Amino acid sequence: MSTATVTEPPHLQPATDDVRLRVRGLRAAFSAAGGRREVVSGVSFDLLAGQCVAIVGESGSGKSVTARSLVGLVGRGGEVHAETLELYGRDTRRFRARDWRRLRGRHIGFVLQDALVSLDPLRPVRVEIGEALRVHGWGDRASRSRRVIELLTRVGVPLPHTRARQRPGQLSGGLRQRALIASAIALDPGIVIADEPTTALDVTVQAQVLAELESMKQRGASILLISHDLSVVAQLADHILVMQQGRVLEQGPAAVVLGSPSHDYTRALIAAVPGEHTRGRPLSPGSAPRQTERRAARGTDPVLEAAGLVKRFTGPDGSVTTAVRDVSFTLAPGETLGIVGESGSGKSTTARLVLGLERLDAGTVRLLGEPWSALPERRRRALRPRITVVYQDPLSSFDPRWTVERILLDALPREDRTSASTRRARLLELLALVDLDPELLGRFPLRLSGGQRQRVSIARALAPRPSVVVLDEAVSALDVTIQAQILDLLARLQHTTGVSYLFISHDLGVISHVSDRILVMKDGAVVEQGTPRTIFGSPQHPYTQQLIASIPEFDPASLTGAPLENPDPLPRPIDADADGRAVSSIRPRPATEVLS
Amino acid sequence: MTRTSFADAGTSAETEASPATAPTSFGRARSRAVARQIVRKAGSALVVLWGAATVAFFAQLALPGDRATVILNIRAGQAQLRTPAELAPIRAAFGLERPLIVQYLDYLRGLITGDFGNSYQQFRPVTAIIGEQLGATIALSLTAILFAWLLMVVWVTLTAGRGPRLTAFGSLTDVVVAGLPAYWLGILLLLVFALGLRWFPVLGGSGPEGLVLPALTLAIPLAGFMSQSTRAEFERALEQPFVLTARMRGMGDWGVRISHVLRHAALPAITLSGWALGATISGAVIVESIFSRPGIGSVLVAAVNAQDLPVVTGIVTLVAVFYVVVNLLVDVVHTLVDPRLVQS
Repeated sequence: MSTATVTEPPHLQPATDDVRLRVRGLRAAFSAAGGRREVVSGVSFDLLAGQCVAIVGESGSGKSVTARSLVGLVGRGGEVHAETLELYGRDTRRFRARDWRRLRGRHIGFVLQDALVSLDPLRPVRVEIGEALRVHGWGDRASRSRRVIELLTRVGVPLPHTRARQRPGQLSGGLRQRALIASAIALDPGIVIADEPTTALDVTVQAQVLAELESMKQRGASILLISHDLSVVAQLADHILVMQQGRVLEQGPAAVVLGSPSHDYTRALIAAVPGEHTRGRPLSPGSAPRQTERRAARGTDPVLEAAGLVKRFTGPDGSVTTAVRDVSFTLAPGETLGIVGESGSGKSTTARLVLGLERLDAGTVRLLGEPWSALPERRRRALRPRITVVYQDPLSSFDPRWTVERILLDALPREDRTSASTRRARLLELLALVDLDPELLGRFPLRLSGGQRQRVSIARALAPRPSVVVLDEAVSALDVTIQAQILDLLARLQHTTGVSYLFISHDLGVISHVSDRILVMKDGAVVEQGTPRTIFGSPQHPYTQQLIASIPEFDPASLTGAPLENPDPLPRPIDADADGRAVSSIRPRPATEVLS
Repeated sequence: MTRTSFADAGTSAETEASPATAPTSFGRARSRAVARQIVRKAGSALVVLWGAATVAFFAQLALPGDRATVILNIRAGQAQLRTPAELAPIRAAFGLERPLIVQYLDYLRGLITGDFGNSYQQFRPVTAIIGEQLGATIALSLTAILFAWLLMVVWVTLTAGRGPRLTAFGSLTDVVVAGLPAYWLGILLLLVFALGLRWFPVLGGSGPEGLVLPALTLAIPLAGFMSQSTRAEFERALEQPFVLTARMRGMGDWGVRISHVLRHAALPAITLSGWALGATISGAVIVESIFSRPGIGSVLVAAVNAQDLPVVTGIVTLVAVFYVVVNLLVDVVHTLVDPRLVQS
């Protein structure tokens, strides 16, 4: 057993050139039933003091396995090889379990996504944070509990004494993510690995967490950031690695990789990020350009009218919460109305009310000028095919034992079912509409990729030739390049079929890309509505202003000053930034500003 | 707790804006929720007890034959037809001539005041007969549950989530052990540890050393049974992100298993324990007869054979009380282990 101890790294020092982590030729493989499968093939980089290195990639790119192999936790059946793997100058390839345990927590902190499941849900956060100290024998009980409070204060948790006694489930998303960060930095590790630290967080919370990571970096910590989200990476990273299928396609200083990427995949990734500057043009390289005159055929009578919608829920303790309060809007033919809001804002409940899946407490919904919410379900059925829905997770909205053919067949209206040949023709037409191979008809949903599933789900929604499709977070769970393809597809379908979209999302970039008009919801009420230009250009309501200010600024063209090779990005309005500052900086605003 | 989801929404500004009020109003809501839960639980417990007592009462009536004749025959120790004159004093003594509803209400009143009536056979109050045997049975049941937990926790912590071979061996053992018949296991234990190794007395005895083998006989199949559900939960918990977080903090495998995973995995076993405590009382009959121990089990068997219905009714009601009390305890322990349950 090795008795050598890890040399104490210099903490809290300004950035110097010392290499805290040196990785050369890192490979990781898993042995599965089908043999050995390599998921990381030759990753090399250095992490310097006070530096942030980011690994960007989509699901399956091997970025998380890379991060875990750096701390010796790739999981069961995993094998790691490297030419060099040095932490603070020590070769970790010959580490025993005990050496790793000494290192983890003390010299490397790890932040996973979603603290609701990444902290033990049964214990108060002070026990979780204190555990990081206790495991390494730091201090006694009293000094540990003082330290926990100190850490919570440092990561900006208000009322640390109260919050420390609460469990993760009792804290809001932002507070518990900060508690998770506090547990990772309890012993001031020189390296912090953050694996998708802001995924699944609301945009304002994301801004707080990013500001916290930024201030850690300024205090001298080295950060390895793992993310699928380029706009998050652009905020923090000094150096970026782009990974796909276990390989590093490109790496270099952040400004170079984002500003003048040399690999096609990087360019596709950057172009796929939706936002206001991408309005009216395709996000995906293969897609045909969108025509701007698509709204020519628009009529004047709204297809959907919601007036004064109210929905209340009674909790188990008898308390009444108003999930939707006095929401009104109209949707014109061929129009896309975006509803944006954070979790709990009532946007999905609004969708369910519009779909007639939830009883209204007040207000009316009219569909195609006819009563809709006032009707009993039996009489609503005739109109049901006129309004359909696409959900975030298509897999759970499919019967897993049905093939694609049966799923689509089930959605066909009566007039398309007259004979086997008309049915078949309509199915093939639907598949062609969403660019799917007819071969997939015999497949089960489980054997489709995420993008294919969402296409099937869109085909199903279009099968009855609806006037309105409700898209409830329909692209939120997809990788960015797949999301780009689906968004392009939706734009094209709207152009060809003239369908109206009620597009619900928490993602401001997506909303600003697709919407003709936008409703901003908070606590069940619409706080502001308008065109993307007015909402993003001159937000009036303080909440909208806060929301817009929280969007990670991502405008690749501004990174180096050199224009991106991508065709004619529309110029961003000069007043796009709520604070009236230029939109060219990749630096996040100071922590205090965001947290205040 | 629908409030937190709303707090999530507003950048946590809401929670931070009203710092002083949040925890107290939260505490009040919590204690109200707890109080409501207790009232509901106690109400349903009373319904269960009333149901059990009622079923036991009407089961007596459903038995073939005239009750007075049965009572007289039990006392006389011979089965024959009796004349009305012979039966009259019995009818009067047990109030059998009154309307059924009156007898039923009288019976319920007796239960509430703790009067279970007199044994037909022994001419003594049922409460006295049960009281003599109850201690031994409760000691046996509780010891069995304790042993089962010890065996289960050690076995699952050692073998769960340890790679394919050890895991398969662990769960195979669970299944085999859970299926062991108590009489066979009891005799085996008796042969090996009492007769062979002479570690424990052959005949029950009243001391703690006499309790070990009977309790193990009940505990071993129970441990296998509880292991099956605990193991599934244990392996699920091992894959959770918070376990990864704990490992990332430098916690070792044993630390993770004992201080994080076990607590999550114990929940289904706690639920099972409520059921098991009742089951060990019924299952005690076999063990008591193998090890010649006193206990409720043998009294129940004797009473059923002799059609000594007040004793049977008393024991059935008692077991129901037991179930109810234990399940209330299980609920309390459950909320201690998983505090999230209080909110929902």
